[in-house]
Amino acid sequence: MADYKSLYQEVILDHNKKPRNYGTIENPSHHAVGHNPLCGDHITVDVVVDEGRINNIAFQGESCAICKASASMMTTSVKGKTREEAETLIQEFLAMATGKLSHENCPHIGRLAVFAGVSDLPTRVKCAILPWHTLNGAFNAVASTSTEAEEDPMHAPIGDA
Amino acid sequence: MSANQTTQKTRSASAFDVERIRADFPILKLKVNDKPLVYLDNAASSQMPQQVIDRLVYYQTKQHANIHRGVHYLSEVATSEFEEARRKLQRFINANEDREVIFTSGTTEAINLVMHGYGRKFIGAGDEIILTTLEHHANIVPWQMLAEEKGAKIRVVPINDAGELLIDEYEKLFNDRTKFVGVTHVSNALGSINPIKEMIAFAHARGVPVLVDGAQAAPHTKVDVQDLNCDFYAFSGHKLCGPTGIGILYGRAALLESMQPFKGGGDMILSVTFEKTTYNTIPHKFEAGTPPISAAIGLGAAVDYLSAIGMDAIAAHELDLLKYATGQISSIAGVRVMGTAEHKAAVLSFAVDGVHPHDIGTLLNQEGIAVRTGHHCAQPVMQRLHVPATSRASFAFYNTMDEVDALIAGIRTVQKIFT
Repeated sequence: MADYKSLYQEVILDHNKKPRNYGTIENPSHHAVGHNPLCGDHITVDVVVDEGRINNIAFQGESCAICKASASMMTTSVKGKTREEAETLIQEFLAMATGKLSHENCPHIGRLAVFAGVSDLPTRVKCAILPWHTLNGAFNAVASTSTEAEEDPMHAPIGDA
Repeated sequence: MSANQTTQKTRSASAFDVERIRADFPILKLKVNDKPLVYLDNAASSQMPQQVIDRLVYYQTKQHANIHRGVHYLSEVATSEFEEARRKLQRFINANEDREVIFTSGTTEAINLVMHGYGRKFIGAGDEIILTTLEHHANIVPWQMLAEEKGAKIRVVPINDAGELLIDEYEKLFNDRTKFVGVTHVSNALGSINPIKEMIAFAHARGVPVLVDGAQAAPHTKVDVQDLNCDFYAFSGHKLCGPTGIGILYGRAALLESMQPFKGGGDMILSVTFEKTTYNTIPHKFEAGTPPISAAIGLGAAVDYLSAIGMDAIAAHELDLLKYATGQISSIAGVRVMGTAEHKAAVLSFAVDGVHPHDIGTLLNQEGIAVRTGHHCAQPVMQRLHVPATSRASFAFYNTMDEVDALIAGIRTVQKIFT
């Protein structure tokens, strides 16, 4: 069991308190709403992709600190990157959060490694991956996605949270 | 309440020996995250005393066989113990006859049994079913399924900001098409105790039967189905210090006899040919297949255990805990209690400003404290209170004032982390 200090550390609490890129974007090229029906949390992700590069990204929603900090750090991590780079990061983040890969084996994960501890808290994994799940939905023109959507390629069954 | 009053620990004046009771519960000795377990999720499931664990072991070691079938020794012993458990449950809720006590897998199955057995037979197009805002999803969804199938309509009793049913509005919902009332005895999300005896009398005066969801009431208060005069009363074993997978549906004998079976199979029949099957008498008509025999016997032992302590003593100790916890939590700035009904049982739902319930749950867990966070399978209540979720501490008779103090300290720690 992870000590809370390994999860609720300064950087996560800071992004929760002062989320970066918080809000909506007019005329985004990609947009999706993500739901976690297990807790009622939801977030929206707006993205502007221009010539294959993420020029702008924003998120908004009601969620716990883990989800909000994950969303905030996601936006700062993918802004300016190509869509392919962002998609690689989505896969690495998902693999790390679900405990399939340790953060040492995720070459692009960087400071997102602060979320590695969530893999020890099965009921909270979905909080951390919801924003990434939603960004993936936006890229793939899935207007509304859910951590419980079986047909969604990002669906990650993790016990009965 | 002033800070002075709330910081003073008002210990129970009664002779309730909580430490002696705690010694019966081996799981309460656990450490979680190197802290003593503080188990405050009793509304989700309660813990099991050694007496019940021993009874299960004894049954599996010395008494197990299938029931109502064999003529051999073990089958006779198991049948006799199973039926004795039914009589224990009959006495626990003061039912008139043991055949009015049906073993189900839990409250949810009990309610589904009534929906299929009574609802599908007697409720039709245009008929109305009255439910309340405080219902658990288990007492909403089956009736929605029925309403959809039959073209019936669901009417909902509203609540006030304190989480109390508006009884005037309840009475106004009745009309000639009203065919059924489903109401929870105690709200699982807020702890409100509903005035079900009066609600039942009002419905009966209009010829309408009433099902009471007693899942949250049976563990905390003396239930007397004859005094309540309810038609159906459903509750679960695992919230009563018993095993999971067992629950009770009490039903008035005449009503149960008029109903169609819920599940078909063995034990619920008298004779079967491919032309015609004759159903068994109640309660067996509603107990198709091999029941959870050991769980039923375990539940019998659990109600023996609770009755020996006394449901009135249990209720009094839990009310002391609730009052003390409510006073303490109300003294913390930035914490709101959700559900302030005048009559409440054992449930303390709360919100901490600026902190999501899931973060509270995870951080309290790090202190060894188990609470429930989320919508508590009662989303209409959450919508009415305009919150997505709450944190819920729910008490049992084996909880202590020191555990309330641990909860309060834990909430202060959460606030510190988030400032």
